[in-house]
Amino acid sequence: MSDKGQEAKNHQDQQPVLECKNLSISYYTRAGEIPAVVDFDVTVYPGETIGIVGESGCGKSTVAMAVMQHMGVNGAIVGGEIFFKGRDMTKMSADELRHLRGSEIAMIYQEPFASLNPSMKCGEQLMEVPLFHEDITEKEARDRARQILADVRLPDPDRVMESFPHQLSGGQQQRVVIAMGLLANPSLLVLDEPTTALDVTVEAGIVNLIADISQKFNTAQIYISHNLGLILETCDRVFVMYSGEVVEEGTIDSLFTWPRHPYTHGLFGCIPLPTADKNAAPLKPIRGQLPLPHERPPGCNFGPRCNYFVGGRCDAQAIPHEHVEGSAHDHFVRCIRAAEIDHEKEAPGADPKPPMELGEQVLSVEHMRKYYELHDNSIKAIMAGERTKYVKANESLNFSARRGETVAIVGESGCGKSTFAKVLMGLETATDGRVVVEGQDIAYTPVRKRKPQRIAALQMVFQNPFDTLNPSHRVGKQIGRVIRRFGVEQDPKKIRERVFKLLDIVKLPRDFYYRRPRQLSGGQKQRVGIARAFAGNPAMVIADEPVSALDVSVAAAVTELLMDIQREQQSTLLFISHDLSVVRYLSDGIVVMYLGWIMERGTTEEIFSPPYNPYTEALLSAVPIADPEVTKREIVLEGNLPSVMNPPKGCPFSTRCPRKIGEICDNEPPPEREVSHGHVITCHIPIEELKEVPPVINVPSDEERKHRKQQAQATTD
Amino acid sequence: MSATVEAEESATPQHRSALRQFFGSFLLLRESYIGMVGAALVIFWVVMAILAPFLPLYDPLETLEPFKGIGAAAQDGGTYWLGTDHKGRDILSRIIWGSQRVLIWASLATVTAYIVGMLMGCMAGYLGGWVDEVASFLANVLLSFPVLILYVIIITYLGASGVNIIIAVTFTTAPIIMRIVRGIIMDLRTRDYVSAAQTRGEPNWYIMLVELLPNARGPLIVDACLRFGYTVVAIATLGFLGLGLPPPAPDWGLMIKEAVPLGSFAGHTMILPAIALSSLILGFNMLADGLREISLRD
Repeated sequence: MSDKGQEAKNHQDQQPVLECKNLSISYYTRAGEIPAVVDFDVTVYPGETIGIVGESGCGKSTVAMAVMQHMGVNGAIVGGEIFFKGRDMTKMSADELRHLRGSEIAMIYQEPFASLNPSMKCGEQLMEVPLFHEDITEKEARDRARQILADVRLPDPDRVMESFPHQLSGGQQQRVVIAMGLLANPSLLVLDEPTTALDVTVEAGIVNLIADISQKFNTAQIYISHNLGLILETCDRVFVMYSGEVVEEGTIDSLFTWPRHPYTHGLFGCIPLPTADKNAAPLKPIRGQLPLPHERPPGCNFGPRCNYFVGGRCDAQAIPHEHVEGSAHDHFVRCIRAAEIDHEKEAPGADPKPPMELGEQVLSVEHMRKYYELHDNSIKAIMAGERTKYVKANESLNFSARRGETVAIVGESGCGKSTFAKVLMGLETATDGRVVVEGQDIAYTPVRKRKPQRIAALQMVFQNPFDTLNPSHRVGKQIGRVIRRFGVEQDPKKIRERVFKLLDIVKLPRDFYYRRPRQLSGGQKQRVGIARAFAGNPAMVIADEPVSALDVSVAAAVTELLMDIQREQQSTLLFISHDLSVVRYLSDGIVVMYLGWIMERGTTEEIFSPPYNPYTEALLSAVPIADPEVTKREIVLEGNLPSVMNPPKGCPFSTRCPRKIGEICDNEPPPEREVSHGHVITCHIPIEELKEVPPVINVPSDEERKHRKQQAQATTD
Repeated sequence: MSATVEAEESATPQHRSALRQFFGSFLLLRESYIGMVGAALVIFWVVMAILAPFLPLYDPLETLEPFKGIGAAAQDGGTYWLGTDHKGRDILSRIIWGSQRVLIWASLATVTAYIVGMLMGCMAGYLGGWVDEVASFLANVLLSFPVLILYVIIITYLGASGVNIIIAVTFTTAPIIMRIVRGIIMDLRTRDYVSAAQTRGEPNWYIMLVELLPNARGPLIVDACLRFGYTVVAIATLGFLGLGLPPPAPDWGLMIKEAVPLGSFAGHTMILPAIALSSLILGFNMLADGLREISLRD
């Protein structure tokens, strides 16, 4: 990382690609003018990557749109200037801008499928770019397109050229989109959350590619993300935005090592870094929520949520964005008190919590299988006598959970984790095997045939906060229905009382009883979802990615809440997630799944240290960690997730496995090998060999950290 | 954790009754010019229909003096504001009493069609499988007939009466409503709140009627306005063809039909009910447009 920082400094004598000065952008809506971005300054040099990080609604995408000069009918630049290579973009005509876009500035959006035209072959779409912007023949354009596809490391460019977008996987599509962006050799590439829609291991490949682009093409990049870990892996300089303002900027090194703004600090407290622990060092959520753009407080926007807020100073006037004594020369902070606050000393660590006592076994899954039958009615299938196809969503699952335990099921899309949840909830029935909950096999009992107490004992928290509550009914009614349904209470008055109590537990005001879901924020909805799940005193709660759609600071609060209630109620928590850092933070046991198989299961420490299943190893390496001190061994998987419709014959991971040992992997299903009691790896490679693998993630000890910090401090001074 | 107790505090509480909320959303119509005009037209006719018994009108069925022009003086000292028709009946009275009839039967017919269509759509969309196939097949069969022919077949078979108009309109309209509802429900049924209801073992009727249907109301309200207008057209058409409400009751379609042969020398007897009919249909269409416009905003 440090050599990247050096590189950035050497740019100073070049002409900047992009310069924004005091940029302010507003949107005009029914409610009047809403300032989305205020006083934004940035200078981007060739080959440099700028990261903009912030929570939703902080204005980071608006900046990107302003750079493209594409803000929709109701957006406008109300102050400041944008210079592109010395020319003022705000004064350019529509024609000039059209030529700039696509050839000089390219943008890559979040959703790759929505960025490609589904009715055109990828090759044709790529060729359009040079054909429009340059005066070249079709053959030259085709060669260029083919070359660029190879440059973004697509394995079979010729096939991709002839493919329609829907024939490619998400990762491949995003590579095509990036290729399209690079095709005209732009000076500036704007990436707006380019990997958010992708799976972790696929994301790792794209991030790797993006990091290479600046070196290969000397393209300046603006990388927008909500994920500090990704920013750390891709950028040279970071801008932290909060409520329309940049609150802190600096090089990766200085900002990640010495964050100065209380908000930046708060953000780091919200991310489950490897140093966080659910008992000893819990997450410290930022209290309150993002102010609405037209309700920003006077002075510092972060004031009402800040622990260091001093009335009369922080809310007196607009806070300047300044260099702070004691930081690197290019480190700026928008905080009056930045120089006074000693974060290391004053940071009030969240109180440690007592560890949970694990009780008796509550859930036991034995050789559970779930196949979906598909009927293929094509003539070809009938001729071949293969009319019925099976989608093997779950292949022989084995694991167990105890009372009070948190077991995480980790895997990428299509790994079968949601199917398993459906079987457990009774929305589907298993094909084979046993699922025993509190002594009763429920694998073949659909939910309608279960007794109310049994249903109540097994509840679920859903992923999407915007979907989890019925928009037509009041919050109180929705929770009350659960209580009545499960026979906890029947009397309407008592039901009301109980709903009030549940609202207390999830830390929502009681008058939320009368609210409709659209009056709630995402985090509040998710809290109601949790209250609903715990309304029937469940023995086990399944949480399906409960915080993945929430902003970092809100996610931390919801995670902590979920853990607190679980602790109180002694429930077992099955936590389904794709995010290993969250999982590491909160779970006692982990089950790693891939294409319907359990690849590895064991306690959290066992999963995070060798021996690893090769897939676990790749997954660990792929997860971005927002801590520059933590070093990772880089493993980038080739290829794509195979389709569930057509999985590999032997080991499901054999098509992408970097440790594949031979034909046995392709042809034979791997055996379960027990490393120690409860730690099982499904792999053909003998355990002894896997034990030799060095750890993927290296977390330095506290002393090492201190030592390194001092050294770094000495060099900057 | 204590610092986060009051996490995510909220805006002012709003307990609004369902009625006030309804009027609140109605006030949003102010933002749509077209919607306002539409609402004004519809409300005008509704008020006329309600006030019909209390207005100082001639009996719509009584024969007075035939072929009087607009504003002609009557023998008894009154005025025929809109003249009289070939049988000497007061046109103003017939139009206003006609509005009452058309509005009553159109609402009954539309509501019946909606109930049938929504139930079928809910079942087809939520249950899927063979239920969906049967329902969709039936809908396709009904929709494959030209609407007018279907009307004529049903009415000639059952006879002309108010109830049979309801049946005819239900047969032709319910399949369309079913398709709309089915589409919306198929989209809604994958939502998490439906899964939540399923995982607590709610019966199908509860999920369909309580969890799903209320969320389909947005597009359905817009469609209901349009559909109401179409039903008015249908009733007028049937009246014009002589298949509507039996004479001599004042029926706009019938009034137009009776006046057509006389159009050359007593044009007002034909044009006035035609204007009434068009204004009501136009009102419903504009109201629907306005509602759609404001629902697309935000």
